[in-house]
Amino acid sequence: MSTTEKALEGTGRFLDDRLHGASGLNRFLRKIFPDHWSFLLGEIALYTFIILLLTGTFLTLFFQPSMTEVTYHGVYTPLDGVRMSEAYSSTLNISFDVRGGLLMRQIHHWAALLFIGAIMVHMLRVFFTGAYRKPREFNWLIGIIIFSIAIFEGLFGYSLPDDLLSGTGLKITQGVLESFPIVGTYLSFFLFGGQFPGHDIIPRLYVIHVLIIPAVLLALIAAHVFLTFHLKHTQFPGKGRTNANVVGAPMYPYFMAKTGAFFFFIFAVLALLSTFAQINPIWLFGPYNPSAITAGSQPDFYMGALEGALRMMPNWVWNVAGHTFAFNEFIPALLPLGIIFGGGAMWPFIEQWVTGDRGEHHILDRPRNAPTRTGIGVAAVVFYGVIWLEGANDVIANHLDISLFLTTWIARITVIVGPIIAYWVTKRVCLGLQRKDAHLLEHGIETGIIRQLPNGAYVEATRPVSENDEAVLISRTGLPPLPAPAADEEVPAKSMRGGMGRMRLALNRVVTEGIAAPTGNGHGEEHANGHGEPAAISGQGDQGRDGQDSGSSS
Amino acid sequence: MRPITSLRRHRVAGYAVVLLGLVGAGAAYTAVAGQPGTAAADASPVSRQQIAEGQALFARTCASCHGMHAQGISGVGPSLIGVGAAAVDFQVSTGRMPGKVTGAEMPPRPVVFSQTQIHALAAYVASLGGGPAIPSGDQVSPAGANLALGQQLFITNCAQCHNFSGAGGALTSGKFAPPLNHATPTQIYEAMQTGPEAMPVFSDTTITPAQKRDVIAYVTKVRGQPDPGGFSLGRVGPVTEGLVAFLGGIAVLIFAAMWITMKRRES
Repeated sequence: MSTTEKALEGTGRFLDDRLHGASGLNRFLRKIFPDHWSFLLGEIALYTFIILLLTGTFLTLFFQPSMTEVTYHGVYTPLDGVRMSEAYSSTLNISFDVRGGLLMRQIHHWAALLFIGAIMVHMLRVFFTGAYRKPREFNWLIGIIIFSIAIFEGLFGYSLPDDLLSGTGLKITQGVLESFPIVGTYLSFFLFGGQFPGHDIIPRLYVIHVLIIPAVLLALIAAHVFLTFHLKHTQFPGKGRTNANVVGAPMYPYFMAKTGAFFFFIFAVLALLSTFAQINPIWLFGPYNPSAITAGSQPDFYMGALEGALRMMPNWVWNVAGHTFAFNEFIPALLPLGIIFGGGAMWPFIEQWVTGDRGEHHILDRPRNAPTRTGIGVAAVVFYGVIWLEGANDVIANHLDISLFLTTWIARITVIVGPIIAYWVTKRVCLGLQRKDAHLLEHGIETGIIRQLPNGAYVEATRPVSENDEAVLISRTGLPPLPAPAADEEVPAKSMRGGMGRMRLALNRVVTEGIAAPTGNGHGEEHANGHGEPAAISGQGDQGRDGQDSGSSS
Repeated sequence: MRPITSLRRHRVAGYAVVLLGLVGAGAAYTAVAGQPGTAAADASPVSRQQIAEGQALFARTCASCHGMHAQGISGVGPSLIGVGAAAVDFQVSTGRMPGKVTGAEMPPRPVVFSQTQIHALAAYVASLGGGPAIPSGDQVSPAGANLALGQQLFITNCAQCHNFSGAGGALTSGKFAPPLNHATPTQIYEAMQTGPEAMPVFSDTTITPAQKRDVIAYVTKVRGQPDPGGFSLGRVGPVTEGLVAFLGGIAVLIFAAMWITMKRRES
């Protein structure tokens, strides 16, 4: 043993005697992670969040969260002599006077866009692969809470500089608050400390933005990552991968190297974006003035769906007994995102109820193998996407030479028709892909070689799929039929006879629609019926996983 | 297998062909569509000869819609009596007139007349019944104007249609507010004074001539200044920023993730 090793061992023992961390650290370092690019999407969100904390801290050193009016005499001459709030003038100073200030502001803003963008892409990955299924429902819910809080964090953040666009956004926020029946005006006065805009709002948003929400986000993200560790990562189907193991590379050194490299990638992309692409040029907007508005008043992209919902809503305002019910704002503010977030939160439980599938799932679904879920997911994406695009309808109308009113009518119709078409088309595409998979399993891969037999007939040569591909192709296990007979009970559950039960059965027929499970899967003798019921449901269930990761660690 | 065949059968070959086709089609369209031009105008004294020249030009190119004596033709073109030289100069020097097709709004097109011809036309129309004259160079000069006041006037009166940086925007019923990037100071002044298309008239009592100069100074100053934060992304607000965040941020990072996980440890 060399002297270096001796010294290291001494230090290590000294620390371990006091911290008792060695065994835990050992397990942590040997933790197995499956390798797939889509498993890194959540890390984009995690690392941009860290960058947000760092750059945000820098910005707090120079930002003045104050509505006190001052006259600007800084280096940006087009605004010389304009009266503005201290919040706005200090943001100008960060942009033009503080060394590196503009770069920091831009990194902070781009990181915020990437943070929420990454959350969205990550959520889509988790949804379409069924990674939210038991036992990970809580982590899915935590994710949805993080997503919704992050949107508020962003809204409050871009409201702070008190420029024309952020003031416009705050005015819309206030309008939405006022539209709450009965309590609306009270809520508005409570948040703004009086009439809009008042003097209280910026300091209040500042505390929420830099202290309260980041703390909550940090706690939720920690819980999210911990649960991912604790429940182990899901994996795509493949050779040697079962519901009871995790196949991949250990944390140290493989995953650490990859995730470390990925952090630097993310930092580099952010730094490049912030160096070469200008974001939120508040000096062009000018200070907020309640009497002014600009064409192209859009929020950041993650608020776009709210903006779009407002823009496509018919002007429904009722006056009942002296009270105004502003449904033209109340409905668009709550309904579309309510459907997306509420539906998203309830989906794992709805799916369990419809399918009767209570087993644990550690092997991911290929999207084609769950056609109904994939169809609903694409329908939701289209629904959200149409509303989101409508939020930019004036920019679209201007740049594509379409009439503004026409874009609104297109959006109003597509928001209802689009998801239905998307669901139907997606489901058909999925079933087609299933058919293709079954064909591959049964007949192998076309080689493009045609042989002529001695009797003159032509045959096409095929070769069988590789072992790994076969493991992927036979991963479609189908779903157990309803009513799922409980272990201790053989009669169909009483609950299946009522109205809810009949609905459940009808939905179940939709969900289990699929083509016959492939036969070349080694369980070929258990031929599936037309509803795609499972050829084998083994490995789906409650054998659970013991504390040790099998795989290459020991 | 020949190398070209293996390339052709590569997994991404289909996507590459589609991408190439799209880029090619886009480039071809851009080459064919071309860019609209603009021209500047300057005022000069009016003579009888100019008016006669203008009348001849008018009869040739304008009368079919506006009538032989600029009295207007119902349902085709409005009367031009009293619109003034400033309106003529604005419409013709931005290429909106002579118009080709009638739509929600006359789009700016390449200018077809020379400075002299435009001034002759303007002199002729002005001779029919007065109206605002083409402003002099001093009237539109941004030198010594009050930028701060210009900023406030612009944001309060102009930005709701033309956008905070004069990038333009959509209006109702297919109309639009054009970008101000290429408008000359004279054209900006004339537009405020005559209210072309959907634009309201900002008369000298609403925005005084001095204030008009402040607005012109702000517009020309801001559109010419560099963007300290990098590429401007069109100065149209958060829409392009969102697009860049996904195409330049998320998409790039997804490719990075694919690259990082491409090499796998054999298990």
